[in-house]
Amino acid sequence: MYGNDFGAPSDDPGREATTQVLDVFDELLAGDGRVEPRDAMPEAYRKTLIRQIAQHAHSEIIGMQPEGNWISRAPSLRRKAILMAKVQDEAGHGLYLYAAAETLGVDRADLLDQLHSGRQKYSSIFNYPTLSWADVGAIGWLVDGAAIVNQVPLCRCSYGPYARAMVRVCKEESFHQRQGFEILHTLSHGTPAQRAMAQDAVDRYWLPSLMMFGPPDDDSPNSAQSMAWGIKRFSNDDLRQRFVDMTVPQAEALGLTLPDDGIAWSEQRGHYDYSPIDFTELFEVIKGNGPCNEQRMAHRTGAHSDGAWVREAATAYAAKAAARVSAA
Amino acid sequence: MSDWPLWEVFVRARRGLSHVHAGSLHAPDAEMALRNARDLYTRRQEGVSVWVVPAAQITASSPDERDAFFDPAADKVYRHPTFYDVPEGVQHL
Repeated sequence: MYGNDFGAPSDDPGREATTQVLDVFDELLAGDGRVEPRDAMPEAYRKTLIRQIAQHAHSEIIGMQPEGNWISRAPSLRRKAILMAKVQDEAGHGLYLYAAAETLGVDRADLLDQLHSGRQKYSSIFNYPTLSWADVGAIGWLVDGAAIVNQVPLCRCSYGPYARAMVRVCKEESFHQRQGFEILHTLSHGTPAQRAMAQDAVDRYWLPSLMMFGPPDDDSPNSAQSMAWGIKRFSNDDLRQRFVDMTVPQAEALGLTLPDDGIAWSEQRGHYDYSPIDFTELFEVIKGNGPCNEQRMAHRTGAHSDGAWVREAATAYAAKAAARVSAA
Repeated sequence: MSDWPLWEVFVRARRGLSHVHAGSLHAPDAEMALRNARDLYTRRQEGVSVWVVPAAQITASSPDERDAFFDPAADKVYRHPTFYDVPEGVQHL
């Protein structure tokens, strides 16, 4: 948040956008300008941003779990140090984003409550299990790779604090993707068993990664409004295509195959074709029926309640120290 | 947790540069805010010095008054060197 530079709660009459105020907002967007925290904005714009940034923040902190699962079993000290740094980054990304959401006049504690009670969602990709060490590689290469394609345009999002948070996130994500690629490269050039492990991980994570871009354009009801507001810059299908085009040559460099016989270069389109995706699974996972939904939420709420004594102790210590200062 | 105050974080990237706003965080006191700021905003040696400021202590101008507030400077183009005509051939001016 930016000092007192944020709006009062939504009962502030100033926030009820008048026509004149909306003109200023529209003008700003038309000129590709940035909206900053205390600017007047349509209530729907504010709500859309809160929902999207919160969901993004939740995804970052839930995303610590599948990889955290492998920290104690990383195959070398080098890999362990890298993985710890990466998981720590994810926590940091969550914090940048919660801070950006708070500039819109919400409290982080409330957003966490909404996550814990299931009223707000996180990315469905984190409801898949990490069954082998190679999955850590596949997550870095494919999941973080897809996240980067999604997130780079968000660096130009019309809402300043979100865009600035995304600049930091994107800088850090490129290390994540490379370390994943390196894990898979090492495995795919190792023993036949290691190679098979790498291929199995890619086979399982390919489709869920493609689904990270969301439903197809003709089934994505909020996209048009988000694009008009400059929150979203490219459509789901355009970003998905960009990811496929980027990833196919990388798979070749790894010596691994992507589990889709329909992948082929299209001279005519100038893009790689890929088979149509059955999105039933995505909607099932979003509904809560993915392999790890319950486990992820139980772990999150457990970590929150287990950490309560730390928060209480820090608060008590701060109060005691402040009392000592005022007594002196 | 919502009771923890908000702190604004300013980071000096290297000597010779001023502190720049990096973001914000919640912490129970200044010392924890400083340590959290180090962990959150300088994981890759992005800074050589960090300030944390209670967000509630910052007084900001209001965007609603932006025009009126900054208006006095708007009609003083003569404050810029480009306002002045320099005769042909005059150098180092």
